[in-house]
Amino acid sequence: MKWNKKDLLGIRELSREEILLVLDSAESFKDISRREVKKVPTLRGKTVITLFYEPSTRTRTSFEIAAKRLSADTINISANTSSYVKGETLKDTAKNLESMRPDVIIIRHSMPGAPHMLSKIVDSSVINGGDGAHEHPTQALLDLFTMREKKNRIDGLNITIIGDIAHSRVARSNIFALRHFDTRITCSGPPTMIPPDLESLGVHVEYDMNKAVKDADVIMMLRIQKERGGVSYIPSIKEYSTIYGLKTEHLKKAKKDVVIMHPGPMNRGVEITDEVADGPYSVILDQVENGVAVRMAVLYLLTGREA
Amino acid sequence: MKILIKKGRVVDPGNGRDEILDIFINTGIIEKVDKNIREKGDNVHIIDASGLIVAPGLIDVHVHLREPGYEYKESIRTGTMAAVKGGFTSVICMANTDPVNDNKSVTEYIIKQAKTEGVCRVFPCGAITRDLKGEELAEIGEMYAAGIVAISDDGKSVKNSEILRKAFEYAKLFHIPVVSHCEDEDLSKGFVHEGRASVMSGLDAVPAIAEEIIVKRDMAIAEYVNSPLHLTHISSGGSVDAIGDMKKRYNQITCDTCPHYFSLTDKATLSFDTNTKVNPPLRSKEDVLAIKEGLRNETIDIIATDHAPHDLTSKDVEFNIAASGISGLETALGLSLALVHEGVLSMKMLLKKFTENPAKLLKLPYGELSSGSPADIIIFNPDLEWTVDRSTFASKGKNTPFHGWTLKGKNLLTIVDGKIVYRDPSFK
Repeated sequence: MKWNKKDLLGIRELSREEILLVLDSAESFKDISRREVKKVPTLRGKTVITLFYEPSTRTRTSFEIAAKRLSADTINISANTSSYVKGETLKDTAKNLESMRPDVIIIRHSMPGAPHMLSKIVDSSVINGGDGAHEHPTQALLDLFTMREKKNRIDGLNITIIGDIAHSRVARSNIFALRHFDTRITCSGPPTMIPPDLESLGVHVEYDMNKAVKDADVIMMLRIQKERGGVSYIPSIKEYSTIYGLKTEHLKKAKKDVVIMHPGPMNRGVEITDEVADGPYSVILDQVENGVAVRMAVLYLLTGREA
Repeated sequence: MKILIKKGRVVDPGNGRDEILDIFINTGIIEKVDKNIREKGDNVHIIDASGLIVAPGLIDVHVHLREPGYEYKESIRTGTMAAVKGGFTSVICMANTDPVNDNKSVTEYIIKQAKTEGVCRVFPCGAITRDLKGEELAEIGEMYAAGIVAISDDGKSVKNSEILRKAFEYAKLFHIPVVSHCEDEDLSKGFVHEGRASVMSGLDAVPAIAEEIIVKRDMAIAEYVNSPLHLTHISSGGSVDAIGDMKKRYNQITCDTCPHYFSLTDKATLSFDTNTKVNPPLRSKEDVLAIKEGLRNETIDIIATDHAPHDLTSKDVEFNIAASGISGLETALGLSLALVHEGVLSMKMLLKKFTENPAKLLKLPYGELSSGSPADIIIFNPDLEWTVDRSTFASKGKNTPFHGWTLKGKNLLTIVDGKIVYRDPSFK
């Protein structure tokens, strides 16, 4: 199996084999981060740009660390410091960046399809670091990596995703990825946050969270996307937290060895209690660690592909 | 100028004709439609139409010519050139120009420009409300005197039902239809149809009920005040059902759909190609089937283009902020002929929706090939295959999702008012 895609725009475009190739490659990169000298020369001489039109701490840092550990030169551009605020279009920004010949551009944008537009303009590899409510492919890949690491398999797992599904790119990318495996995916959340045709993606919808967590191997909590108007879909944060906040009592209904995941940033006390977030079932920090390995694998595969 | 069109298959729905006939045109008027017309003299231009269809010039009840104000998107000149290339000899242009066509001076300007710059007939549609704001009635009477043939706030619905009711009542004075753009404003904040594709793309979505709610409301008001209502660019199966039901008991309802609503589904938006962004949005496969059935059973009376040309910059941006609309005049006939090739409509029925029905709606003396009528005629080859290439569009708007498509059927010659205004390079 060889990687031959120029870009990573979404999980939707990937096959099961391609997903597994990323996960397998990430295994070997995980060790590097645990060494004393956390650097290999794989991407020496390559330039990686992170172009973020939306705020991010975890994802951008994770990509930057991944690139640096592979010896790439990294440049970070964020919307508030770029020409975007001066009215430059994405197309012009892309053309300008392209002139400086970067090898990889990682873009995060509030609008679905922005990475696709970018990829048509530039010859560099484009990685979608999250585009609106559409996709966040590296998050889904690191989530699957973490599931496989904790459960030794992906096939056969019951995965429950809870929260603002409608506005969640993490949910979408995970659904697209998990559908390649023999999994049972259950989505739960307030009906206002579950799009009408969600089941057509091959998932189960269960509004009642107590039923949704039953027999789950993995519970993935999502936050309310305040920046995408998520708050207007519920009467109040307090009420949301009463009905959809993950508490210790829910875990009893799930499988004994359930793992709790969250893509971050967490709103403690809203969708997840401190006890659960910091408890023994939580693998939230493992996800963050694995994120670096998975992103190293993606950078490696994209830059190493046959021309 | 005298023109004799020989041996064409004359399909003239208004006169119930579909047979091989000759047509003789003299100084702008159809003088004779008959078998084997013999006209002699050097000044008779003879066109051999054997193997081709001769039809009344098509009438498009919904175009945006963008003039005045947006000449960088389209002008009356380029828009009418695109029209005649596509087989249209009359177009009705919407009021959302800058300034808005909500008073007689704008109406007069459009008519004057069309006389000097236009290559086909142009009929302005006036605004229902001042500045399309939905708050107070535009000067409909003065615009009518200046030449408008209908009123519409196209681009949005008149949100205030009381204002809309008054518009329906007031328009009765002039016997012109109210043309409704049907979209509930609050439910229409998205960019694509709400369905499986929008769940996948994460693009903000508009449910089909956004259209259906307004279709039902506007029909209820029209019936209550006994006024004619034309519902434009119908896209959803639910709308077709509601209109079909209403037509059974109230006969002043007509509607149109556009070629893109029976040629494409919302699946096309998964590419994030902004040329697939249109209002109302491309809908589901089920909706497309319902639109075709509505065309077949005559619930849908008219096919219009909603020709919405845009400059490149308005489309070459992220999907959310891209302008909505499709440049449709030059692909409408080719896309619609697929309905005939697929067996959904007969040739006569298809052409009825482009000629007789729109003429009847707007009381225009065109759309048929009767002796004594103005000579607006097209000749097309229903089987000629060609590839859509937007760079060859006469329209300034190159925004089409059909670029690269192979269409079967092409307009070859257009005659407006007895003059040949367009001839396809392949047609000698």
